[in-house]
Amino acid sequence: MTILSGAEILIECWKKEGVEVIFGYPGAATVDIHHHLGASSLRFVLCRHEQAAVHMAEGYARSSGRPGVVLVTSGPGATNTVTGLAGANMDSVPVIVFSGQVSRMLIGNDAFQEVDIVGVTRGVTKHNYLVISTDRLAQTIKEAFYVATTGRPGSVLVDLPKDVLSGQAEFDYPKKVFLKAYQPHLSPHPKQVAKVASLLKKAQRPIIYAGGGVISSGASEELLALAERLDIPVTNTLMGLGGFPGTHRLFLGMLGMYGLYRANMAIQNADLILAVGARFDDRVTGLLTEFAKEADIIHIDVDTTSIHKNLDVDVPLVADARQALLAILDNLGVAPDYPVATRAQWHDTISGWAQSCPLAYDPEPDSEGFLKPQMVIEALYRATKGKAVIVTDVGQHQMWAAQYYFYDHPRQFISSGGLGVMGFGLPAALGVLVARPESTVINISGDGSILMNIQELATVAQERLPVKVAILNNGTLGMVRQLQHLFYDRRYVDTTLASPDFVKLADSFGLKGLVAKTAAEMEETIALALAEPGPVIMDFRISPWENVFPMVPAGQAIDKMILRPLELP
Amino acid sequence: MERSENAQRHTLAILVDNSPGVLARVTALISGRGFNIDSLSVAETNEPEVSLITLITVGTPRIISQVIKQLRKLINVIKVTDLAEVDYVERQLVMIRVKAVDNQRAEITRLADIFRAKIIDVCPKTYTLEITGGQEKIRAALALLSEFGVEEQVSTGLTAISRSPILGKKTKKAEA
Repeated sequence: MTILSGAEILIECWKKEGVEVIFGYPGAATVDIHHHLGASSLRFVLCRHEQAAVHMAEGYARSSGRPGVVLVTSGPGATNTVTGLAGANMDSVPVIVFSGQVSRMLIGNDAFQEVDIVGVTRGVTKHNYLVISTDRLAQTIKEAFYVATTGRPGSVLVDLPKDVLSGQAEFDYPKKVFLKAYQPHLSPHPKQVAKVASLLKKAQRPIIYAGGGVISSGASEELLALAERLDIPVTNTLMGLGGFPGTHRLFLGMLGMYGLYRANMAIQNADLILAVGARFDDRVTGLLTEFAKEADIIHIDVDTTSIHKNLDVDVPLVADARQALLAILDNLGVAPDYPVATRAQWHDTISGWAQSCPLAYDPEPDSEGFLKPQMVIEALYRATKGKAVIVTDVGQHQMWAAQYYFYDHPRQFISSGGLGVMGFGLPAALGVLVARPESTVINISGDGSILMNIQELATVAQERLPVKVAILNNGTLGMVRQLQHLFYDRRYVDTTLASPDFVKLADSFGLKGLVAKTAAEMEETIALALAEPGPVIMDFRISPWENVFPMVPAGQAIDKMILRPLELP
Repeated sequence: MERSENAQRHTLAILVDNSPGVLARVTALISGRGFNIDSLSVAETNEPEVSLITLITVGTPRIISQVIKQLRKLINVIKVTDLAEVDYVERQLVMIRVKAVDNQRAEITRLADIFRAKIIDVCPKTYTLEITGGQEKIRAALALLSEFGVEEQVSTGLTAISRSPILGKKTKKAEA
């Protein structure tokens, strides 16, 4: 057995956990770690703001399925991670933040760069730890990785006092973790499985409502098999996009507030809903008392807390999504023992909704000649043959990216869902590129969101990460402006944004910048950007008048959609 | 949170790892949702690595069931039981210093006998009593004692034990 310093133990633990890359920013409290990290085989990605470091780790984790690791210093370094921790936790992303802390004897003294980060992050993490001695370090790190990556994954923070890092202890990495109070329930109950299978076989108008849990449990193939086996249409949540092939004949598109009309109508008229790895979020259900009144609801989720949280369900099945779907498939056998004729009628009904209210926009430029944003997304889809990894920020562009690009593969659409973090996209896209350097990664952003972590262009330049940033630039905070347009008497208060010249901005970081004002320029810009081996910033000037439709006004039933724009003033 | 009509008082027995910060996690979870904690008591159980938090809060069945699930989700929480669902015995300890002069002293002593309270300190003008019991008994005793003039009153939180072994499952598993 070897005696190592706390900093060395930390690095050895990371290696044992298979960590290859760490995102972060150094400071006085973590300089010991960086000292040893430089001599190790691990890669450190130097970001320009700790919030972005967490988003990078999220992008890394969301695109690879492996935990994302962050290292920041004490005080402001640690508090800057709060938004990332909260977003990762809400979207069930395994991220572990290691924060420096002042020495133990100084804790509680209001020391320089001291903050009670364990107290601050208690409510926004799955769990957190203050390491109180160097001999507890290895055990704590083992637990942190275990907690972050198992059950419903989430964010974990480990706070490391400086003297714990400089202190010494015997290094012995535990092989196993046993937490008496934390034992995720993964295997489905056979009785419940049988019940689910029999309900699925009997259903006349079934629909599968699949969320991010399908992706995090790796259940896409099983989901596809089940849908095809019983010929059941599938709708995805925002987090679930890519979990079911976006170009499949059974796919209805996203549901919910900005979902497709046919998806929302199918939910509202279904007689059976199979919810898999989704949590009946308010953006999905709209007015709860009017949600899917005719349907029996089956809810598969690994998180017991999600069951009956927003909605009382008929058949809960607490299990890992993949294990549950496998068990259901096993139970079904192979015979086509479902009402085939009524299923055909059900598909016809859904097609009717799709035809009466298709997802559509007017592709002509607006009266001032500005491009339509949907057109940009469609052009990106064509140019990338649907194969790019799309990383979004939050706002109108996010919804258009969800509606007009089709995701055939899990982990192909990366977005901040639950917390809705503007500024997520650029750093998350960098994390994706670190995990999957061979992929084409496009950050679709807005002129609002992109400026929330614009400093990461320095990281792009320094790390030479070939991200393609597509800014849908409409000069406004579009999603809020949309609410003002529809519900606040068209008074556009505090939503006009003056932006920098993005081409010059890119240039100042040594990056390529392109601007497109017409359809022809748009095609050319996209072709140039994709042909360029390095990073490119694309500034698409789009119409400020274009809004996201269809839309369910907050607090309404999801079949009460606003289908098309109001007449313009 | 508003206390609506079907809001009820619930005594939650929360078995937790005896490690730093656990109480903070439990109380933060409850206060973070806008609930008040009416009573709280924490102590080690017969297994030193396990503590029991007995917590009383008021809420509708739906909200209480949600709180219980969120508590179960905490990494250090081993088991949560809503004692409203089982038969249980609860006790609280109150110490009260009341004015006691002249013939009041005999009267207070008699009351103490009736409630099986103990006089634990005697001063020239006051008595201090220790009363243990369920909420009803304590309330009744305090109402009567208040007539003499209360100088100070302190109380522990309620603690509770079920009449059947709901908290002992883990122990059984360990033996098996």
